[in-house]
Amino acid sequence: MEKRICTIERNSPVAPGCLRMSLTAEESLLHRCGQFVEVAVPGQYLRRPISVSLSEEGRLTLLYKVVGKGTAALAALKPGDKLDLLTGLGNGFDSSACRGKALLVGGGIGVAPLLQLCRDLRAAGREVSAILGFNTAAEILLREELEALGARVTVATMDGSAGIRGLVTDALQEAGADYDQAYVCGPMPMMRALYPLLPDASEFSLEERMGCGTGLCFGCTVQTTEGPRRICHDGPVFKKTQLPW
Amino acid sequence: MVKDISVTLAGICLKNPVIPASGTFGLGYEMAEVFALDRLGAIALKGTTLEPRFGNPTPRIAECTGGLLNAVGLQNPGIDALVGDVAPKLRSLCSTPLIANISGFSVDEFGICCEKADACAAIDIVEVNVSCPNVHKGGMAFGTDPAAAAEVTRRARKATRKPLFIKLSPNVTDITAIARACEDEGADGLTLINTLLGMRIDIRRRKPVLANRTGGFSGPAVFPVAIRCVNQVAKACRIPIIGCGGVSSAEDLIEMMMAGATAVQVGSANLRDPLACPAIIDALPAVMEQLGIEKLQDIIGIV
Ligand SMILES: Cc1cc2nc3c(=O)[nH]c(=O)nc-3n(C[C@H](O)[C@H](O)[C@H](O)COP(=O)(O)OP(=O)(O)OC[C@H]3O[C@@H](n4cnc5c(N)ncnc54)[C@H](O)[C@@H]3O)c2cc1C
Ligand SMILES: Cc1cc2nc3c(=O)[nH]c(=O)nc-3n(C[C@H](O)[C@H](O)[C@H](O)COP(=O)(O)O)c2cc1C
Ligand code: FES
Repeated sequence: MEKRICTIERNSPVAPGCLRMSLTAEESLLHRCGQFVEVAVPGQYLRRPISVSLSEEGRLTLLYKVVGKGTAALAALKPGDKLDLLTGLGNGFDSSACRGKALLVGGGIGVAPLLQLCRDLRAAGREVSAILGFNTAAEILLREELEALGARVTVATMDGSAGIRGLVTDALQEAGADYDQAYVCGPMPMMRALYPLLPDASEFSLEERMGCGTGLCFGCTVQTTEGPRRICHDGPVFKKTQLPW
Repeated sequence: MVKDISVTLAGICLKNPVIPASGTFGLGYEMAEVFALDRLGAIALKGTTLEPRFGNPTPRIAECTGGLLNAVGLQNPGIDALVGDVAPKLRSLCSTPLIANISGFSVDEFGICCEKADACAAIDIVEVNVSCPNVHKGGMAFGTDPAAAAEVTRRARKATRKPLFIKLSPNVTDITAIARACEDEGADGLTLINTLLGMRIDIRRRKPVLANRTGGFSGPAVFPVAIRCVNQVAKACRIPIIGCGGVSSAEDLIEMMMAGATAVQVGSANLRDPLACPAIIDALPAVMEQLGIEKLQDIIGIV
């Protein structure tokens, strides 16, 4: 964990209710894929956890959805504004666990951390396919970015306005995906539906309402096969075998 | 500008009065790589019960103006893990005094846990929490009735010769009656306050925000309540007080000490900023200089 005061470089809409924020700092902002930051939001007591979507030496990119007061306050910030961040939180995905072909599955705003993961996998020469699920075509995020990295992307929408109609589980069966290692991030019901369909080594990035994001408050506990674990401290990424679903 | 920021708490010399509060500093060693734990005056460990506990279902945390609600529900690995594993590990990482925080669901449970804490060389102070609002049987019930608080204190006193602090709830009509009951049974000191019982509702979903419905309110918003409680108890009792509730700055700490606290616990502020305790310690000398204070010990209870 490091505390950083960053400068907002860009904070603009990418889909209805969703924004991309890029932040810069003099110091390193390097993150492992799947790690997150805790952002101090004007007017809110607690920080808000947001996944790192892309991390470069002096720059971070976040992708977030406005769902309440905290994220609304984030959306109101302008380029040039300062933001106080706790960086480098959580364990992240283990991209080196993939020895062959990778499958990424994301739902809604949960696709955010898959971008850096895809980049790391591609840099290691892995073949990557991705299944992304959204409610409707207008909400699609990161398709072009992942394709630009050379991933084969399948989109599923609930209303059928783009790609396969239905859930990512439908797309998984329809696409007959060919992969050795799967990585998942999205809403809990989606992850639970995917759980029985994916191999034991699959990695799931979990979410829970957080107090601190740094392991101090025991607010974000999940039951695992190894006992209670703090999602912010021992996760957010857990292997399928750790989840007693 | 050399300022004396040390204090003596129930016979133990603390290099400064800043103590992370129970339940807001993890198991104690999470921040070991972020700052030197030896900078802290002492460390209050997570609330511990006889048996390991998962705690309450999630969500356990709710944002509020000036603070938060928590309903963690005493998640902890149990007293045997505390004395056999957590406290010794922490002792190997730092030499700052460690405060075990004990909870229970019966007088005997408090007693057994205190005996085990007493036998653990790594633990310097035993703090008995009779004020947790987030467990349904016991917890705060022992801290809202003078006779029950007295009974727990008596049992804990039998169990340990280490400095014994009783941590009190603000959710009572007269906190001094409880405080005096604990003092009369031989407590060496009092910690106050624990959280205030609160609740939030998600008006869109028409449901409580917390899975437990209610939770404990803490953070800067409770600071005036804590100052009032500490001051009332300081006037009513002779034993030392660890002040707690809403402290977020060196100025808050000095106010708490003027109200009557010998040492000060910092809780919610750690959740917002894990570096809150070292930041308060660093800020102390300059604030003391502004206020014409040479020795922190001199301002205890002057108001
Ligand atoms: C490890 C982690 C990574 C995350 N990454 C991202 C990300 O990359 N992009 C993004 O947009 N969001 C992400 N989130 C979710 C984000 O933290 C919440 O949406 C945000 O905290 C909501 O704050 P708010 O004040 O706007 O909403 P609030 O007013 O707090 O709540 C509004 C609504 O959002 C729901 N909500 C609040 N917090 C969470 C949460 N932690 N998880 C799920 N639902 C929640 C509440 O139930 C409520 O209905 C992540 C959460 C975690 C734990
Ligand atoms: C997440 C959380 C967990 C807590 N757990 C405990 C606990 O286990 N035992 C205890 O005595 N107090 C516990 N408390 C209460 C704090 O130690 C402290 O008394 C209270 O939060 C008021 O101080 P603050 O306003 O500085 O947070 C907890 C508080 C919070 C916010
Ligand atoms: S959010 Fe505080 S321990 Fe995870």
